[in-house]
Amino acid sequence: MITLNVNGKDVQVDADPSTPVLWALRDNLNMTGTKFGCGMALCGACTIHIDGNPTRACITPISAVAGQKITTIEAMEGDKVGKAVQDAWVKHDVPQCGYCQSGQVMSATALLRTNKAPSDADIDSAMAGNICRCGTYQRIRAAIKDAAKTIA
Amino acid sequence: MRKEWLNQGTALGDVGAAVAGGQGGVSRRSFMKASAVAGSGLVLGFFVSGGNKMARAAEAAAPAKVYEPNAFLRIAPDNTVTVQVNRLEFGQGVQTSLPMLIAEELDVDWAQMRGELADAGEQYKDPAFGIQMTGGSGTIAHSFIQYREIGAKARAMLVAAAAAEWKVSPDQVRTAKGMLIGPNGQQAKYGAFADAAMKQPMPATVKLKDPKDFVIIGHPVKRLDAQAKSTGKQQFGMDFKPEGTKVAVVARPPVFGAKVAKLDASKAKAIPGVIDVLEVATDRGGRGVAVIATGYWPAKQGREALVLEWDTSAVEKVSTAKQMAEFKALAQKPGLPVKKADMAPLAKAAKKITAVYEFPYLAHAPMEPLNCVIDLKADGCEVWAGSQFQTLDQMAIARTAGLKPEQVKLHTMMAGGGFGRRAVPTSDYLVEAANVALAYKAAGKSGPLKIIWSREDDIRGGYYRPSHVHRAELGFDAKGKLLAWNHSIVGQSIITGSPFEPMMVKDGVDATMIEGMGEPYELPMNLSVHNAKANVPVLWWRSVGSTHTAFVMETLIDEAAHAAKMDPVAYRKQVIDAKHARHHAALDLAVAKSGYGKKALPKGQAWGVAVHESFGTVVAYVVTASVKGGVPHLHTVTAGIHCNTAVNPMTIEAQVQGAVLMAVGTTLPGAAITLKDGVVEQQNFGDYVVARMPDMPLVDVHIVPSTEPPTGMGEPGFPPLAPAYANAIFKLTGKRLRKLPFDLAKTAKA
Repeated sequence: MITLNVNGKDVQVDADPSTPVLWALRDNLNMTGTKFGCGMALCGACTIHIDGNPTRACITPISAVAGQKITTIEAMEGDKVGKAVQDAWVKHDVPQCGYCQSGQVMSATALLRTNKAPSDADIDSAMAGNICRCGTYQRIRAAIKDAAKTIA
Repeated sequence: MRKEWLNQGTALGDVGAAVAGGQGGVSRRSFMKASAVAGSGLVLGFFVSGGNKMARAAEAAAPAKVYEPNAFLRIAPDNTVTVQVNRLEFGQGVQTSLPMLIAEELDVDWAQMRGELADAGEQYKDPAFGIQMTGGSGTIAHSFIQYREIGAKARAMLVAAAAAEWKVSPDQVRTAKGMLIGPNGQQAKYGAFADAAMKQPMPATVKLKDPKDFVIIGHPVKRLDAQAKSTGKQQFGMDFKPEGTKVAVVARPPVFGAKVAKLDASKAKAIPGVIDVLEVATDRGGRGVAVIATGYWPAKQGREALVLEWDTSAVEKVSTAKQMAEFKALAQKPGLPVKKADMAPLAKAAKKITAVYEFPYLAHAPMEPLNCVIDLKADGCEVWAGSQFQTLDQMAIARTAGLKPEQVKLHTMMAGGGFGRRAVPTSDYLVEAANVALAYKAAGKSGPLKIIWSREDDIRGGYYRPSHVHRAELGFDAKGKLLAWNHSIVGQSIITGSPFEPMMVKDGVDATMIEGMGEPYELPMNLSVHNAKANVPVLWWRSVGSTHTAFVMETLIDEAAHAAKMDPVAYRKQVIDAKHARHHAALDLAVAKSGYGKKALPKGQAWGVAVHESFGTVVAYVVTASVKGGVPHLHTVTAGIHCNTAVNPMTIEAQVQGAVLMAVGTTLPGAAITLKDGVVEQQNFGDYVVARMPDMPLVDVHIVPSTEPPTGMGEPGFPPLAPAYANAIFKLTGKRLRKLPFDLAKTAKA
């Protein structure tokens, strides 16, 4: 048993210590908002926050994050920046298939926490690790700028 | 019947007829018949015709007050209208656009509308294709009338029910935004009359709205699923896990169709959470090993702990370098004739261009890896999958499991992309899943199994856009007038051997290999094809044949313009006959909106142009690009789109942005699947390159106004992008790119 702090709550996970946080969330805790895309930290679909920093859950073993704060997409509606990002996502009709969007929202939220007024280049650089095959990048850029205005 | 619809019919005729009857040879006429019937309500399922038998049965089973029985929509007491979407939603927006069609004719407020993906069912077959499927950019094109009629009939039945209750004539009852309004101040929500409406006879015909009265169609409408998809709440197939589900991953042979030579599963079985290790039949006659566990992580660890030796002796081991050399050699000889022209002028041409093009295998790599849940029971099977081919998949699972198709209940799950990979004529991953379930059952176990593909499984799993070589010889006179064009195409046929063969392969020529090779140009072209064979499964990929033909055609037309010393836009305007009015309109719009020829570009940038029709829609792109340090960059894309009626301009914009991005991805170094000794060399997004945010140009979409029946939008944005980009790079470097992905360093100066 490993104790994880997920979205402010301590939860017990009965899994091998090597288990990535992604699979502890999905298979042990039935929290499916965080997505499996590549398993190699190459696509960003599994992005979560560990102590506020954007982190790829698919390569982060649960043994490495005991005692740290894990935040997932499920907590974003209750987060000022996260909510602003999600609202902007809906306003700009960002999602297409939507599978990568949990990760996109988590990366965008982390960006706006540290950079209140990101430029196009800032956005491109912060979001380059999040693949979207449907091509929602242009609307993501617009939504991030819009969310930045909302929380300013 | 419009020509564009016919074109789609010839590309993918009535598959249902071929699949069911095996008769094939479906002609234009039978396609027209199917469309005509569809238009008059073949698949109309609102309240289910024929005595409401199903309706009553379902009503008995349904929870009270929810208007459950109808096949296509139900109106709840709270006035929400839930539409059964008879396609797969995987980003293209049909879960929003089909409800829009119903809402328009039903006369309801958009806020009332909901969309649900329909399970596999007879009444949900595509009116034109005759099977339940999503493809050929056909959803709106094929269901534009179907869904509007369902809405109009439902409205008429609601009106009739209210008229009966209020004891007035139906023509005294009007509707407004989900309300029924009587002549004497009566008012009721649709929800209040939903039950009574079902008992009304279904009108044989209904009058559809005049396009000038549309209040929803043609207006930008936001997606019904945007909120769920922005908050992690949307459930995809990957997220579905009924009680007691175990997870399976499969070790597949490293060469397609190879078999297991030796297996030691002891280490795998020792891993906590691993339940069983089972040898299973895999695609193309191969054998693999399924590891079943309590979750994905133990299953994956178990697979890594397998000690496996493979027997690849009986299967061909393809190597890309050798294949490309063979394709190039073949391309020098004439193949199966497609069209003929006099090639004598080639010999005496004042100027000649010989161009050899190379296109690699491409994996679709949708963000959601393939998966499905299968629960095989004694008397049937239940499957949950993001299927693009429900009818064929249901039949294939039934065939594999020894069941009748009606014993397989297939639930359509929201899918995280697809681009063609979930529409597989062999139903490869679902047949494999059924085989895993059979092996599990044979091992004395039962309960739902979830088969999950890793990204590596996906990248290495085949069903690629086939690799191709094109060879073209163009001859011009001294003034640059095109005299003759000798062209051959080499590649694997996608269609041969599939249920689509009777409709789409004629005299050995796969229609998808040559689509996009002619119109709108009148060319003195001699065209032939070679059907290459290779032990690599191939499949359609967003825009199918036009993924390669448009690149060849639109870069060569650019060269022809250059040979004639003409501006590439002016040249196209001159050589495209006036009868192709939609091409002219799309091109004119893109040119006008981009400022082409008027606006000065920043230093180091150049324009590129291309226009291409696919799936009945014409897309023209005017792009700006630059090259810095040998690396090209695409800055802007101005699109002129002619898709006739633009049902949801917001979705169309998104589809164009998406197709542009996907096409940009194919130009990037590393965007290729290669094989060595039969083994795919790429593994994941590290070595199979797709476009990322910095690769995204600024896309500006403009639609030519029209009230003609809509044509496809899921795919047509793809084909003209790469050639427009390549044409811009030519202006900057003088180099003609003839290979995808682009490789500027190795490209000779034209």
